[in-house]
This record gives sequence, C-alpha cells and structure tokens, in this order.
Amino acid sequence: MVASTIMARANHKLSDFAVSDDELALLEALCTGLPLDPRPYNVLGARLGMSEAGVISALESLIERNIIRRFGVVVQHRRLGYTANAMVVWDIPDEMVDEIGRRMGEFDFVTLCYQRPRRLPDWPYNLFCMVHGAKREIVLSQVRELADKLGINDIPNEVLFSNRQFKQRGARYTNGEKR
Amino acid sequence: MSEAILDAQDRLVINALQGGFPICDRPYLEAGAALGMGEDELITRIDGMLKSGVLSRFGPLVNAERMGGGLTLAALSVPQDDFERVAELVNAHPEIAHNYEREHEYNMWFVIATETRQEIEKIINAIENETGLSVLNVPKMEEFFIGLKFEV
Repeated sequence: MVASTIMARANHKLSDFAVSDDELALLEALCTGLPLDPRPYNVLGARLGMSEAGVISALESLIERNIIRRFGVVVQHRRLGYTANAMVVWDIPDEMVDEIGRRMGEFDFVTLCYQRPRRLPDWPYNLFCMVHGAKREIVLSQVRELADKLGINDIPNEVLFSNRQFKQRGARYTNGEKR
Repeated sequence: MSEAILDAQDRLVINALQGGFPICDRPYLEAGAALGMGEDELITRIDGMLKSGVLSRFGPLVNAERMGGGLTLAALSVPQDDFERVAELVNAHPEIAHNYEREHEYNMWFVIATETRQEIEKIINAIENETGLSVLNVPKMEEFFIGLKFEV
C-alpha cells in the first residue's frame, strides 16, 4: 500500500474546489473512462473543443487541487480473489478517535477508514474501516491484530461481512444546475 | 463471481496503475516503459481487463463532495423474507452508488451520492416511505485513509 494515497485532512480551502465549465465538461467526459488511444488527452480535447495541452493542464490542476484524488485503474476486487469483505465498526471514545483512526489507516490491510456519527441507541459505533482478504479467517485474524496493536481489545467492535453486492456504478460528476 | 486469471504482466499493470497514470502526450508509452512493455501492449491489456471486469473503471477518482455533491453511507434493517423486494426499491434510485448485503441486524448497506447535498435527505425520505423502514444515516465526519488499493 502506498502511503502517498493518504488523504487525511488535506490542507485545502473550499475555494480550491470550485470547478470551471471546461473542467466540469472534462470530468463528465472522463466518466466513461480515459480513451484507449495512444494520445488519450488529444482525443478528449477533440471531443470537447479543447487543445491537448489544455486538457493536460486542466487535469494537472484538478489533481493539484485534490478534486481528482487519484487517477488510474480501479479494480473489481472480488474478481481478484478478495472475496472476504468486512466493514469493521468500533465504538472508540471521542477523545481517542483521531489518533486511533489515523493509526488504523496505516495498516496494509485496511483499505478505508472513516469516522462517522453514532446514532444512539440503534448504532453505537463511530469508527469504520474496511478490511478485504481472500478468506474470512484471514480477515478475522487481521481484525484481532488491529485490536491488539492499537490496544483497543476491550473496546466494542463488530465485523460485518458482505454476502452480496447488488449494485455498483461509477459516480457521475455533474453539478446541480447543469444536466 | 469467479476469480479472474491474470498473468504476471496484468498484475504489474494493476499494481502500478492503481496509484496513478501519467498526464502527458503519450501516457501509455510512458507508463508502459516503466513496466517494460510497449504502448500498444499496455493499451491492449487495460482494454482486456476492462472487458473481463477485472477493472471496473479507468480514469479519475473524484472528490465529488468537494464539488457540491452529497454523499453518505446508509443502512436498513430488512426482514429476511422481504429482502429482495426492499433491495429492488432501494436500487431503483439512480443515486444509490452501491449496495451490499451484510451479516448484521443492519443487513443492507448502501452509498447515496447526489448532485447536491440537500438531495440526500430527499432520497432517504423516499426510501423510508417506499420501504416502511427507518434508514440509518451515517455520513463521513473525518476521513483517515482512503487507500483502496489491492496488491495482486
């Protein structure tokens, strides 16, 4: 796992996230994927009435401003043998959640780690992480390793394995007024 | 879903390109060179893995919330014998990005992604009205890590 993908608390102002019409058109055009052409940015530009150089500088700027947080391939993990998929939820005392969350994200087998609100009395958990593995026993031993190494063995957690995935679509990027 | 058969070169491509892709005139040439393969071969391999479903997407992962969109994780506790019907009702909303059945009293977990933040509440209300169930809504408060990168 590459540490550079850590996105915690990026130092960006909200104004960094405003997108121009050209940028929005580019993101929309990319929803179906980067063209499989030796000069994909040229192809995109031709489609949008932009130059190749204009597309390249727009993409660089979107990445720089963290609007594009990653650019590359997204795998269908189940097809790669990661069939055990667990959402692990923890009830971490509020004063510890920042530190535990940050350290949890450093484990190789943790692919996502978020703080979310408790909804008492129905839902007592405030820290969510995803652990993917080839087998359930492996995932469960990784969860034990997390609890041991983070010293949170006596903190309540639950492991929610997934059985079926019903739906997955690529996100569409448009803003409210357009479309 | 069966496990895909990948050769060593496919694995190289997946491991390298989850982290990023060059932004330059000939990005396949540049990325391929780093992997010891030609431009055409890299294009052919990505195309093949998209078609076989090993890759679900090739392009940008966008911070949609920062563009004004709404995003949340939500769950329902669905009676087992009503599960299929409720799944159809929930999935009928185009704002449902993905939906998993999980082993828990809250057995259906889905992500709602909308074009504006205000729409999240509308979708949740619609799902509650349609299903007669109460939605657990747990939006992200703090993000500690989004690696979501798989070594193969």
